[in-house]
Parts: sequence; C-alpha cells; structure tokens
Amino acid sequence: MNETSTTSETTAVAAAASAVKPPQLRAARVRKQSIIKFVILFVTLAFLFVPLLAMLIFTLRHPLSGRWSAAPWIAIFTGNGESLGADLTVLWQGLGTSLALSVVTVVLMLLLMVPTMVIVHIRSKALERAIEWVATLPLTIPAIVLVVGLGPIYRWLSADVLNTNPIWLCFAYVILVMPFAFRAIAVGLNSIDVKTLVEASRSLGASWPKVFFRVIIPNLWQSILSASFISIAVVLGEYTVASLLGRMNLQVALYQLGQSNSQISTAMSLLALLFGVVLLVALDLISDAMRKSKEGK
Amino acid sequence: MTVERNTATTPIAASAAATEDAFKNDPTATLEGVKGKDVTKAAKALLKDSAKRGGGSIQMQDVVKIYPGANKRALDDFNLDIKPGEMVVLLGGSGCGKSTALRSLAGLEDIQGGRIMVGGQDVTGVPVNKREMAMVFQAYSLFPHMTALENVEFGLEVRGVSKEERRKVAMEQLELVGLADQAKKYTQQMSGGQQQRVALARALAIKPRVLLLDEPLSALDAKVRVQLRDQIRRIQLSTGTTTVFVTHDQEEALAVADRIGVMNKGKIEQIAAPQDLYQRPATEYVATFIGLTNRLPGASNGEEAVVFGQRLPLIAGSAKGDSVAVLVRPENLALSLPDQYDSKVGEHARVEVIHFLGSLVRVDTVITSSEFQRWNKGEQLKVTVQLPANELPAGLASGDDVIITPRPVAALAC
Repeated sequence: MNETSTTSETTAVAAAASAVKPPQLRAARVRKQSIIKFVILFVTLAFLFVPLLAMLIFTLRHPLSGRWSAAPWIAIFTGNGESLGADLTVLWQGLGTSLALSVVTVVLMLLLMVPTMVIVHIRSKALERAIEWVATLPLTIPAIVLVVGLGPIYRWLSADVLNTNPIWLCFAYVILVMPFAFRAIAVGLNSIDVKTLVEASRSLGASWPKVFFRVIIPNLWQSILSASFISIAVVLGEYTVASLLGRMNLQVALYQLGQSNSQISTAMSLLALLFGVVLLVALDLISDAMRKSKEGK
Repeated sequence: MTVERNTATTPIAASAAATEDAFKNDPTATLEGVKGKDVTKAAKALLKDSAKRGGGSIQMQDVVKIYPGANKRALDDFNLDIKPGEMVVLLGGSGCGKSTALRSLAGLEDIQGGRIMVGGQDVTGVPVNKREMAMVFQAYSLFPHMTALENVEFGLEVRGVSKEERRKVAMEQLELVGLADQAKKYTQQMSGGQQQRVALARALAIKPRVLLLDEPLSALDAKVRVQLRDQIRRIQLSTGTTTVFVTHDQEEALAVADRIGVMNKGKIEQIAAPQDLYQRPATEYVATFIGLTNRLPGASNGEEAVVFGQRLPLIAGSAKGDSVAVLVRPENLALSLPDQYDSKVGEHARVEVIHFLGSLVRVDTVITSSEFQRWNKGEQLKVTVQLPANELPAGLASGDDVIITPRPVAALAC
C-alpha cells in the first residue's frame, strides 16, 4: 500500500517536470550576447568607415567654396590635373615606382624567405626560433630608427655601388615585409608534415630540387600567395622610409600632391586603399577556392 | 668501428668513368672518397650492377648510429641479414632503435660505423634517392596537393617514365590495393586506411629492391589494422619484394613475418621465425616481450630443470644452478583442484582473477607457500595459467585453492 503511493507520486512529479520546460539559461544568455555583439560590431564599423566616408566627401566637395564636383576624380582618371592647378606627373611616377617596388620586393622576399625557412624547418628547430626572432625585429624597431641605420648604407649604395633610383628601396622593403611574410609562410609550413613529405619523396627517388619544386612549393602555394599579397599591401602603403631616404614612391607623391591639391591626393589615397582591400579579398577568395577544390565540395 | 674497406678503389682524383668502372668490376667497392657529381654516377652504376645480380638481399654489418648530441648509441654494432624476398619484422619497445635501423637502411640517417649492403653491393654512401628502396611511413606521407593516382605516379615521374606508361602502372598498383575507384581523390577525402593503402601502392609502383614499412598500421583503428596487415602480407608474397617491417605490436609481427628480429638497446636480441621465437626464446627479454610468460623458481643442470617438483626439458643456452628462474608460458601450466589430485608434484595456489577470453580462459593465481615469496624478493609469486575454456574446473572462483603443475614442455632457464 505504502509502496504503490510512492510510485504514483514519482510518476506525478515526472509528468509535471516534462510539462514545465526547464529554464533555458544558455539560450537566454546567447540572446543577450547577440545584442551586445551587434552593438560592438556597429560601433567598430562606424569607427572604421566614418573617416573613409569623410575622405570621400572631401574629394567631392570643395572645402572652401562648398561646391560639389567630381573634378578630382576626373583629373585622376583622365590623367590631367591642370584644370585644378596640380601637376600629376609626380603621382604617376610615384605610383609606377611603388608598383615596381612591390613586384621586386615580393620576388626578393620569396627568394630569400622560402628556401631559408624550408631548410631551417627541416634541419633545426632551434635555428627556426632564432630566425623567427630576427624576422620579427622590424616590427619592434620603429621605421625612423631603421632609417638611421639604413641612411649610411643607402648613401654608400647610391654613391658607390648602384644609383639613386628609388627601386633600390626594395632592399629596405624586404626587411620591412619580413615579419608578415615569415608569419604567412610559417603557417603553411606548420600545416603540413614537411619532414615526412620530404623523406617520402626522397625515398621514392626525388632529387632535392625535385622535392622542393614538386612537393614543397605546391603545398606552400597558399602561404606564398598570402605572403606576397601582404607584402604588396605593405609596400604600397610605405611612407616613412622612402620619405626619410629622399626617394619618391606612391605615398611620398601623395603627400607632395597634398601640398598643392589635397583633394586629388585624398582621392588617390582612397584608390590605393581600395586596391589593398581588393588584393586581400582576392587572396581570401583564391585560397578558399583552392581549399574547396581539394576537399571536393 | 669501421669494417675493412677496399682501399684499392679510392678514386678521389679519378674520372667519373673510371669510378663507374671500379664499381662494375669490384663488388666490394665503396663510395668512400667519391665526391660531387661522381657520387650519382657511381651510385647508378653500382645499383644497376647489383640489380643484375638479382638484388634484394640485405646485410647490415656492425652498424653504429649515434644521434647528434646523444651519448648513447641508437644502434650498437647492429647486424641484420635478410634473404631476397623475405619479410622481416623488427619488433621492440619505443627507443629500442628499430626505426633507426630502418631509416639507416633507407639512407635517411647517416651511420657512424659499419656498412649496409643491398644485393651484395655496399650502399653505405649511396644517397637515399638512389637506393631504389621505397618507404611507407606511419602517417601523413601522401602529398596533399596530388590525387591518389598522382601520388602513386610520383616515383615513376621522377624516373622519367612516360605519362601513359606511369598512368597504367599506377592504376595497376591502385587496383592491387583495391582503390582503383578512389584514384581521383585527394588525401583529405580518404580515410586513414585508404591513405596507407595509397602509400603502399606508391611504394610498390617503383618496383623497389626493398620495401620499408615504418609502423604503417599504428595510426589506424584495430579492425582496419588487421585487414591491412593481411593485405600487406598477401601483396608482399605475390610480388616477392624483400620487406622490412617495423612495429611495436607483437601480434602484428607474429601474423606477418617470415622472421622476427626482437630489438633491445640498439641490437637484435634474437631473430627467428615467429614460432621459434615464441617456443624457443633465446633470452629472458625475448620471452617476456613476445607473449606472456611466468618466472618460476627451479633448479637446473643446464639440460633439465625441476620446477614445483616436475622435471622439464630446457632450451639450449639455459642457465645452470640450484636457484634459477625458469620461464614457463601460461599454456604450459596445468591447473587442478586439490581434491581431484593425488600426485606429489605441483604447488598450491590461490585463484585471484579469472579472465574469459572466449575459447580460452586465463587464470591469475598467487602461490600460497611463503617459501617462494622469499625467492621472489619478498613479493608474492604470481602465476598465470591459460587453458581451454572447457577444461576449466566447474565452479572455480576467486579465492579457491588450486594446484599448479608445469607440463613437460621445453622452457628457458635464466
């Protein structure tokens, strides 16, 4: 008699529990957090985009007269700034130099970094850490300090060895892009088992050049691409070193142009920024496509 | 220690052609003193020559390997002799030097002494890519940027085989391992077992003189491991490739090997056919490493021993003495209940745990008499008995008293 009553009680409790949903604590928290997330995202985006928007308005609205016109943009795209009283040849010269510099820098950087990092990765972990430390140094040394050291070297380079052509900035730029390139390539090296792949291909009869070009490089392709794109972005945005060494590049030209016509200079800055963004988005899309084709989705 | 080398062929200044000739004519020639491009030429000539002789046998003589910065020898005067077409398993615990031995044979490690011969030719100085061996690694050795088919083609591509020819050979190899339908897949799309089968096909595609397997199954789950292990053995038997297989798994070793070399501290303790190794272990290490064994106190005259009052024949090389340890396998012990037993031999023991293993039963017991506890350095003497499930006395439970008697099967005393 006693027993039956207890069992019926338990079933009653169980039924009640199943009818009343337990409090959904996690779901409530997730809802609250999503609001906070949205606010943070909005504020950050505003912080990033308001200056850009201001720049755009500045190029379209003459600051003194308050008149709206697309003249600066027309000047850039027609290549003729005379109507606005600006000489655009400096700009084209600077742009040309910066583009050439980015290509040369990328080539030099790859030639220097990829073989070094691969060899060190296979042979010596201790040396790899040392190289990581050295490669990160340019980030910690301010550009202005770097220039103090580079100054005499460039004086000697331009007087005795080479000439004053701004393309020789590439040596300094290889140093500047090193931290970014190192990171990108290190990610690639760590994502594959380089040692086993090398040993497997060696035991199958591959010579070292074959191992390098047939096995390692194809597997580092994504990292090499991202190292290159980041390097291009850095080189296109570089001002301090070029300016202090007295060489003309895009950013120096933009600054000079800004002295005579700040609207064109600002419009050009926006374009350079846009180019950088397009570059990075392209990098993302390409590496995504490559990964998907391999995973067969 | 360096083995005496033929110093007549030390052609440091000799032309490449002369070097090549030296290797054609002198089977004991080494690559010592040959430099630069000559190495490649000399190595090619040497390998071509040994391939003509039928290749595939392996001798590793007094090989010494010391890793940089280590003071211990990873390989300590290591000797190994393998006949063409044989499958030898190197078995041992971690750090015993089994992988080092394999990698030295492959040329992936420089050795500090001794020499390595393949097909009767010294390959000690031949670089890894000229040794015509192929290796299957534990995992992650497939090229992730290539399909399964391209992976298998790689070794042939390196050898300059035409595109149609290598495609044909690669497809044959993939069919051999049962993966022809996966040819177009990338590494990431395949399971671990499939990847290892592709790695095997890739290794076999180049028709290597020696196939090297470095724990190829240890990253796989149990069922796939057994399947692939049998497949490897079947393929090896059908192709007749000399194979060296390294593993720490004794069951794997016993299942596939022609001979097993049990390694300990950079040396082979014993190399023998699986059955010999199990029934006639040469050392205590081998006896305890392969299968289960009991250390029982006994008196030995070198040919026979008395254990628990029972006379046992001994394996050649056994120790002599009044107090030796005799190594007896669990299946070579009999277990009886005291009330059904009237012989004078045997020893009383208490049942601790009974393990049912399907057709077999394993009974862990502890010897009751304290006399043996003294012999066993104060520890209780534990004895494991294995018997067919239908011979287990009915109703036997933990705590029961039983009598254990050794069967007169040859054992090792040490």
